[in-house]
Amino acid sequence: MIKIWSMKKNEDAAAKKKPKTSAAQIRVQKDLTELDLPSTMKTNFPDPADLLNFTLTITPDEGMYKGGAFVFSFAINTNYPHDPPKVKCTQTIYHPNVDLEGNVCLNILREDWKPVLSLNSVMVGLQYLFLEPNADDPLNKDAAQEMSRNRDAFLQNVKYSMQGRSVKGVQFDKVLVR
Amino acid sequence: MGSQFTDWQGRYYHIDQVLDKPGPRTDPAFLAGDGVKDFLRNQAKILVIGAGGLGCEILANLALTGFKDIHVIDMDTIDISNLNRQFLFRTKDVGKPKATVAAEFIMKRVPGVKVTPYFGKIQDKDDDYYLQFNLVICGLDSVEARRWMNATLVNLVDPENPESLKPLIDGGTEGFKGQARVILPTITSCYECSLDMLNKPTAFPICTIANTPRLPEHCIEWASVLEWPRVKGDKKLDTDDPEHIGWLYTAASARAKEFNIEGVTWSLTQGVVKNIIPAIASTNAIISGKSRTLETTESVDNTHPAAACCNEAFKIATSSAAYLNNYFMLIGTDGVYSYTFEHEKRDDCPVCGGESLELSISSEFTVEQLIELLVEKQDIQIKKPSLSTPTTQIYLQAPPQLEEATRPNLTKKVSELVPPEGEVTVTASTLPFNLSLRVTYT
Ligand SMILES: [Zn+2]
Repeated sequence: MIKIWSMKKNEDAAAKKKPKTSAAQIRVQKDLTELDLPSTMKTNFPDPADLLNFTLTITPDEGMYKGGAFVFSFAINTNYPHDPPKVKCTQTIYHPNVDLEGNVCLNILREDWKPVLSLNSVMVGLQYLFLEPNADDPLNKDAAQEMSRNRDAFLQNVKYSMQGRSVKGVQFDKVLVR
Repeated sequence: MGSQFTDWQGRYYHIDQVLDKPGPRTDPAFLAGDGVKDFLRNQAKILVIGAGGLGCEILANLALTGFKDIHVIDMDTIDISNLNRQFLFRTKDVGKPKATVAAEFIMKRVPGVKVTPYFGKIQDKDDDYYLQFNLVICGLDSVEARRWMNATLVNLVDPENPESLKPLIDGGTEGFKGQARVILPTITSCYECSLDMLNKPTAFPICTIANTPRLPEHCIEWASVLEWPRVKGDKKLDTDDPEHIGWLYTAASARAKEFNIEGVTWSLTQGVVKNIIPAIASTNAIISGKSRTLETTESVDNTHPAAACCNEAFKIATSSAAYLNNYFMLIGTDGVYSYTFEHEKRDDCPVCGGESLELSISSEFTVEQLIELLVEKQDIQIKKPSLSTPTTQIYLQAPPQLEEATRPNLTKKVSELVPPEGEVTVTASTLPFNLSLRVTYT
């Protein structure tokens, strides 16, 4: 058997027993304690002892979704950051990139996720969706079509939906805070 | 069986050519002759993780090389689709544990070799179990299991005990690509160090799956990502449950029909949801326009990476030649290309990197005092540290809600929260790596 230990001694004489804290846990702690969020975003932990499940509330201060409070759930698994966090909108909202089930179309949540990205990047990406909805990558096709065909009607629909009214037969959740 | 068995004349003739005399590049510590043969054949104990495509090859190669005490762990049972490439299994074995069948097959075919199977998860076993082996070879298709195994072997290293350092040889295949690497836990770059080099599991844009599916994979993803939660609510999808796979298969087939897409099969469904379809599958399907099955894409090349793994195990166990330093990759997509390089250890690797510090404090010391001590420590330059143990948060600087929730701990004694010799993980924005403290009390 090769003598590895002699290499070890030269290289690192100090004790180096690592904690049993999982790599995912360490990374989540680092991500969360270094979040740098604008005042329009706020996290909430239903159980502060559980860092892996929480919500993010986005309250856009400009754009067509201004005045609303949008709540997303975050679920992080033990394979983070190899796997992206699972993010869903907890309300039924009218948005080209969010379907009625709360699924979100954001590239870095799926195909473009990389372990070097962080929770901060995901949150900033989500907020961006409210400033610049993207009709080219729709998840709610009706909303996307309306947005590119008739912008005024689209804006009206956004307004109604945020008030908790129904748009084209679909009942939306009231998200207005002001 | 192992020790009583007498080898027949000339059994190891070819291997003995390497072991009987030192070569120009052998390690000075190499003991040519009976010493090394005795170690390889009567003492070395080797653990193989995974008895799938790669695992079957590894087990056979190890047994034929002369390792005689081999253990194998696998949690899966044999599926009919495995038979074409997992050559230790026969039709009659379908439904039986892979580890058990593989072990019996090897023992029957290679006399004198003892293979001990364990049908279950690597997580079932504790440190003492892993300590009994000389080296570990991983032939797994799961990133999560490899991360666990890697972290466990890094944690196992005890500076007081040289025997606690277990070389890890990791093999992997993905479509036409394969790799083999040697990890000397805490000394060389570990699996976690290279995590960002990995190809991500195939993920399709959710908007494409939802609106414009073009591939059978899109329909399957639609069924598992969008349709399952919509119909089944919070019920968790179990990718090992044939009923669940059946449900997805039916849903995906219906959708494929709607969009005139061909090629949704049971095994493709299973492959996509278990994330074992290499990214290459969809690209190939687009380019060639041919239908192909999971089995053909997954079978591509287990022989070369397995041979490389066993070769390394042999060299490490016998010191008969220099071992791989430390990453070998093989790309067979377009001709055959291989490349060997030294992957560097990362200082900020959460598993093997970072700094560790022994800290002896009074049992009366409060958390606040501990934080002050860390901030004042000149050699680490830490600002606003956040602290946790493997089970609890001690103090987090942000976000505000968590700071508030952990603030009452500031006035508590560290000894109330951390047991003697306990580990504390420290993170801070000024630290590019994480710091682990081992706390003792006076
Ligand atoms: Zn590492």
